[in-house]
Parts: sequence; C-alpha cells; structure tokens
Amino acid sequence: MIHQNFDFSRSFRNPQLVQGVVAEIKKTISRPWTLMEICGGQTHAIMQYGLDQILPAEVELVHGPGCPVCVTPLDQIDRAHAIAQLPNVIFCSFGDMLRVPGSTTDLFMLRAQGAQVRIVYSPLDAVKIAQENPDKDVVFFAIGFETTVPVNAASVLQAKALGLKNYSILVSQVTVPPAMHAILGSPANRVQAFLAAGHVCAVMGFWQYHTIASQYKVPIVITGFEPLDLLQGILKTIQQLEGGKFIVENAYSRIVSEQGNITAQQMISQVFEPCDRNWRGIGLIPMSGLGLKSEFAQYNAENRFQVDHIQTQEPEICIAGEILQGLSKPHQCLAFGTLCTPDHPLGAPMVSSEGACAAYYRFGGLNAEELGK
Amino acid sequence: MCLGIPGKIIEINESIGVKMAKIDFGGVIREACIEAIPEAEIGDYTIIHAGFALSILSEAEALDTLSLLEEISDFNSELNIDTSEL
Ligand code: SF4
Repeated sequence: MIHQNFDFSRSFRNPQLVQGVVAEIKKTISRPWTLMEICGGQTHAIMQYGLDQILPAEVELVHGPGCPVCVTPLDQIDRAHAIAQLPNVIFCSFGDMLRVPGSTTDLFMLRAQGAQVRIVYSPLDAVKIAQENPDKDVVFFAIGFETTVPVNAASVLQAKALGLKNYSILVSQVTVPPAMHAILGSPANRVQAFLAAGHVCAVMGFWQYHTIASQYKVPIVITGFEPLDLLQGILKTIQQLEGGKFIVENAYSRIVSEQGNITAQQMISQVFEPCDRNWRGIGLIPMSGLGLKSEFAQYNAENRFQVDHIQTQEPEICIAGEILQGLSKPHQCLAFGTLCTPDHPLGAPMVSSEGACAAYYRFGGLNAEELGK
Repeated sequence: MCLGIPGKIIEINESIGVKMAKIDFGGVIREACIEAIPEAEIGDYTIIHAGFALSILSEAEALDTLSLLEEISDFNSELNIDTSEL
C-alpha cells in the first residue's frame, strides 16, 4: 500500500541528491562520451532543469528521434490537412500537431478558415465526440510511439464495442528499436550509449534491447523524466562506458519492468501489426511502423477518405532529419531562431513540446553552447 | 508527448468497452482508462499518458532508488558541487 502523501515527482527533484549524483558523474568520467536520450520529453526535461549546464563537459548529450510529431511523415500530415477540410469531418488531434507545417498549411490555419479541428487530450475523447455526433465523420490523428499506441488501440476497441460507424484513425505510429538500429547502423553514427525512453519501456519492457546492446556494444539504460532519473541514467551509462561494459540497465524501476505491460502489448497486437514506415526527415525504416490490421480496416481513415494527389514539399533549409538522428544540434540550423521560430516554424521540431529545436529556443540551449559546452 | 504523470486512483468504473477510473493528480481529478492495469486497486498510484494508465507505480522501487541516490549523495557531500543554477 502506498503512503498517503508520497510525492513521486518532488522526491526525484531533490537538489541535494542532484548535487551528489552530479559529483559522482564527475568523479567517474575520465574522457568525452556521447550519449543519446531517445525521448523528446527527456530532451525538454534536460534543457528545462539546465542539466546540460551542470554536467561535466565530457558528457555530450545528443537528442534522439523520440518526438512523434516530428517524425510523422509530411505526406501523412498533408493527408490530415486534406481530410480535415472535407465538409462532414470533425478532425481530432493532440494539440502539438496543430502548428506543425505541412507542405502548404497547418491544422491551426485550417481551423481558422472554418475546418472542424478539435484538440483532444486522449483518443478516447475523440470516440466520445463520435458518439455525440452520429451524423459527422470523426477522425483521430493517431500518431505516437509505443507509449501512445495502446490508447490508440483502446479507442478503436471502444468504438467497436459501441458499434460506432463514424470513427476512424489516421495512423502514423512508430516503434523505437528499429530506429535504434538505424541510428547505430549509420556510418555517421556518433552515439556511444542510449538513455532509453522510460514510458515506451513501461509498455514494451526492455527485453528487446539486450540484442541491440550486445550487437553494437552500446550501454542502454532505461531512464525516467525527473532530474534525478536522468542523472541516474547518465551515471549508469558513464559507469558502463568507463568500465568497458555494454548491457541493458533499468534506472526507472518504479515504472518499468523487464517484460513491460503485457495487457497493453496485447491491446497493441490485437489492433495493429508491424509495417514499414517513413520517418519525416529520416526516411524509410523497415518494420518500424504499426498499422491497422485488416480486420480493423473500417477504422482506417486512409481507406475511408480518398485524398490522393498529395504533393509534398519540405523547406530546403530545415535540417530536422539530421537533428533527429543526433547528427546535428538545433543551433547549427541556419534558420534557427531567425527564419524558424515557434510562431513561424519551418519544421516540426520547432513546434512540438518534444522537439529539440523548441527546447533549445525555449530554454536557451544556444547560450549553453556558446558558453563553450 | 510520451510524458506520463503520476496520479492516484480514487474510483474505478466500468464504461462501455474499456475500464475507466477517476485519478487524483495532486488535487486535480480526471478520468483515465485503466484497461491495461487490470490488477489496479483504489489507492494505487499509476502513471497516466494521454488519458491511459501505463503501469502501476511501485513505491518500494521508488524508495529503493532514492536510498541508493542518497548513499551516492552522502558519499559526495564533501565535494560541494555548485548546482545553484538548478
Ligand atoms: S530550427 Fe526550424 S528549420 Fe531548423 S531544423 Fe529546427 S525545425 Fe527545421
């Protein structure tokens, strides 16, 4: 039984402990190492708490592809825009998606022009909207990593249980392990260890990561989102790197177990199956997607709405793909903070609450870099 | 977007198709789907993402981790690292 007033978040922000763990990292490290935090939520936490500024200079953190909004391919975003403009459609999306630029417009602009675009907190809210609007077609933009896939599945299962004929999802779901293979297998790779995404692992566990750690000889540490979680993850990876080890360790054991959440995994495999998927800026990663199974084809918005003739166009200056693979940092983009800002974004990483460009813009990563870090 | 927020289950309801619960996030109460944590009971803490419970939070593991970090911290307390920027 849990204590009445245990504050999990605050306990993992204790400044004295932060100080102690940073000291331990300084004591342990003897040479430069490059770590990648996979999850964009972790990138934001690192910048928000200024962890990049209190870590020793030998620790370089590069930012991974774990920003679902950022990696959703442009053709799928353009398709979302085309569907949202159809007369009888209520288009539901997580708020992050609204300002993401497509080839010609964004959902925010479409809403201003009269399209029925609604921000929802959960796909289950979109199911409720479908229930309340039987004469409308309600479409949910089902983006996300393994963390979000179970609730996307739950929405389809609930729509089915309710017998709803007017609910469908536009799917752009991706999984982490194939992306780790793609990053580590690239000749340009600089990543020497991973902080694995804690909430992805809450669902999937981490049994799939052992082969990646041994195949590429990289430490992988499952890491949470509070300052002490992140520092503990960094300490464990540095200890492994300095000791010449490369195993999978769990630094988020209050949430994550080796096998993950089996029920959630079953919900995923009931509704979705692996498929090839394009990642915006990165390209095709084989079997990195999760698409609807054929028996759920009626919930697939791509089948329901014929919106072909999609012609995509990316701004040439945007280097989001390089940033998402840890090859460049946001301030190295010529447009950063000038042509591209959160109010006038050229790429998705500048608008998403998990995008690295937005994190640098908001929390001053530029200054930290200029200070010689 | 993969962010998850810890909250406490204060009421469990059946709704059509999925199991739902009322979750207390430090005073703010919201509905969430607890379909994937069938063993959950009232009073358990869980981590909620997009209105969906990902797992039950283990207090024992949380306390273990904290005491480990305290040990590291005590050991280094004489080093006096400046973390005033935090
Ligand atoms: S700063 Fe803007 S243009 Fe540059 S990589 Fe980031 S999102 Fe793209």
